Amino acid sequence: MSNLAISVENVVKSFAAGDTRAYALKGATLDAKFGELLMIVGPSGCGKTTLLSVICGTLKCEEGRLDVFDHDLRKMKEGQITQFRCENVGFIFQQFNLIPTLTAVENASVPLILNGISPREAERRAGRVLADVGLADKLHSYPSQLSGGQLQRVAISRALVHEPRLIICDEPTASLDAATGQKTMDLLKSSALQPDRCVIVVTHDNRIYHFADRIAEMEDGRVTAIINDPKDYHHQ
Amino acid sequence: MLEIALKMLFRDRAKYAMLVCGLAFCSLLMCQQSSVFCGIMMWTTATVRNIGAPVWVVDAKVEQANEVIPMRQIEVDRVRSVPGVAWAVPLYIGIEQARLSDGSFQNVQLTGLDTGTLTGRPMDMHAGRIEDLRLPNAVVVDQVAVEKFRRKGITIRLGTTFEINDKEARVVGLCHVSRSFLGQPYIYTTFDRAIEYAKPARKQLSYVLAAPVPGVTNEELAARINKLPGLRAMTNDSLFWITVWWYIKNTGIPISFGTVVLLGIIVGIAIAGQTFYLFVHDNLRYLAAFKAMGARMPTLAAMVLLQAFSVGFIGYGIGVGLASWFGNAVLAKETPPFFMPWQVPAFVAAVTIFICSFSALIGLVKVARLEPAIVFR
Repeated sequence: MSNLAISVENVVKSFAAGDTRAYALKGATLDAKFGELLMIVGPSGCGKTTLLSVICGTLKCEEGRLDVFDHDLRKMKEGQITQFRCENVGFIFQQFNLIPTLTAVENASVPLILNGISPREAERRAGRVLADVGLADKLHSYPSQLSGGQLQRVAISRALVHEPRLIICDEPTASLDAATGQKTMDLLKSSALQPDRCVIVVTHDNRIYHFADRIAEMEDGRVTAIINDPKDYHHQ
Repeated sequence: MLEIALKMLFRDRAKYAMLVCGLAFCSLLMCQQSSVFCGIMMWTTATVRNIGAPVWVVDAKVEQANEVIPMRQIEVDRVRSVPGVAWAVPLYIGIEQARLSDGSFQNVQLTGLDTGTLTGRPMDMHAGRIEDLRLPNAVVVDQVAVEKFRRKGITIRLGTTFEINDKEARVVGLCHVSRSFLGQPYIYTTFDRAIEYAKPARKQLSYVLAAPVPGVTNEELAARINKLPGLRAMTNDSLFWITVWWYIKNTGIPISFGTVVLLGIIVGIAIAGQTFYLFVHDNLRYLAAFKAMGARMPTLAAMVLLQAFSVGFIGYGIGVGLASWFGNAVLAKETPPFFMPWQVPAFVAAVTIFICSFSALIGLVKVARLEPAIVFR
């Protein structure tokens, strides 16, 4: 197996803006390896989230090459991409996107149910993952009864429960205070990162840069720099 | 995911309650009003159902059962002369004035049954024997008479006397029959005595009731009698529906009830449609998250449809249940009229399905247009 998990080359993505088109990605190129936590950083509007959406197949790019786990996403049909996402991608959203009317364990079991696991078995497995992230006593709590850090841990459990190969995190610490953000990233790195898995984090939060194995810096729709040793990296 | 969809619906209590209440109210309105309408239509056909003859013969100009154009009594013999008639008997029906012992008056629907056979007799006798109608001045009164007389302070029991057009009538039986459209009590007596009670007139035969011999259907017999000049023959069913359609076409009853039913549909669509749209709209972000996580459109559509039809089913059940409860409560009093044939709940179910489909469709349009990428915004 190649060590390359994701290969993005000269990807272009634009959106209609009135009579003209606004280009969010103008030939972005990026590689992500198995077993690494790759952070995508850059100023607002530089195309970080668009690139993330393209990589996970929720947006289609117009030009360029896009290989995810040796699958050319550009050649796949909508249904195939959806199935691919269902099996291979775990999501952690900035706003958590936990269903307020479902308990923690029910929220975490959704990806398993989408993969055809029975609700009972899905909840059993989700309960185990939640216990792993320290929420064994909160399985039946609703999101409104949980703190920000606990919500993010439920979101992490949901992202990991079906053991996907790609974890997509969009600003995972944006809604958290500094200490909780650090703990969340600790948890993410320890539980999500595996040799056969790739974690991509889009963030503005320079307090968590040190968790990254590599950092891709973006500006104006392009990846402008790859930092291989991000220990002392501070984006200006 | 369907279980998840139901949990999302049932646990959003405010919207769930609003949706169920909206649909229950709309079902109740449609079901109750349609049943009252059917009840009124049943009242209009009370005479037809109470008498229940195989074939009714009336004057050719009669348009419905409650319209009596008197005929000559010889018409009974004319009908008897038609091949295929097993029997034919006269029937008198007329509005007469009863004078009670306290001097007050009450309009009654006097029904004169064939003296020999008592054809068309009330089937549900509460007290006395119908055969006693052959005794002098004997009448049998229905439950409406008992109730109306009681309100005037007179308790009717066997042996009670009152006057019909200044002639004595003595109660020999109490019966229960379908209430008439105008709410006048039915007073049964024999045909001959009914003629005596009625105000003198040249023609006093209201109907001829007939039955076919074996091998001839009611329809065939009616067709044969219809060939007689000046007469119109109908089967019991035909007369029932002719009467119902006459009231539908010639009165404002269907319009007033139809308006309320229409309001029920509009209220249902407005409340259920709008609330369900809000429910889907509020959940759009989560549905997008499901889509991003790999939920296909058919799965999401099934979730939305299940949610819409769950509230529809529950709301319908509550609405029809409440309408039935209302019906049960008023049936004893027989007013307002209430009759719920299976077509009424079926119609309400069809309308509820339409409302739910409409509501779900609005939600589905939003879901179909949903970009999973919005979860990152």
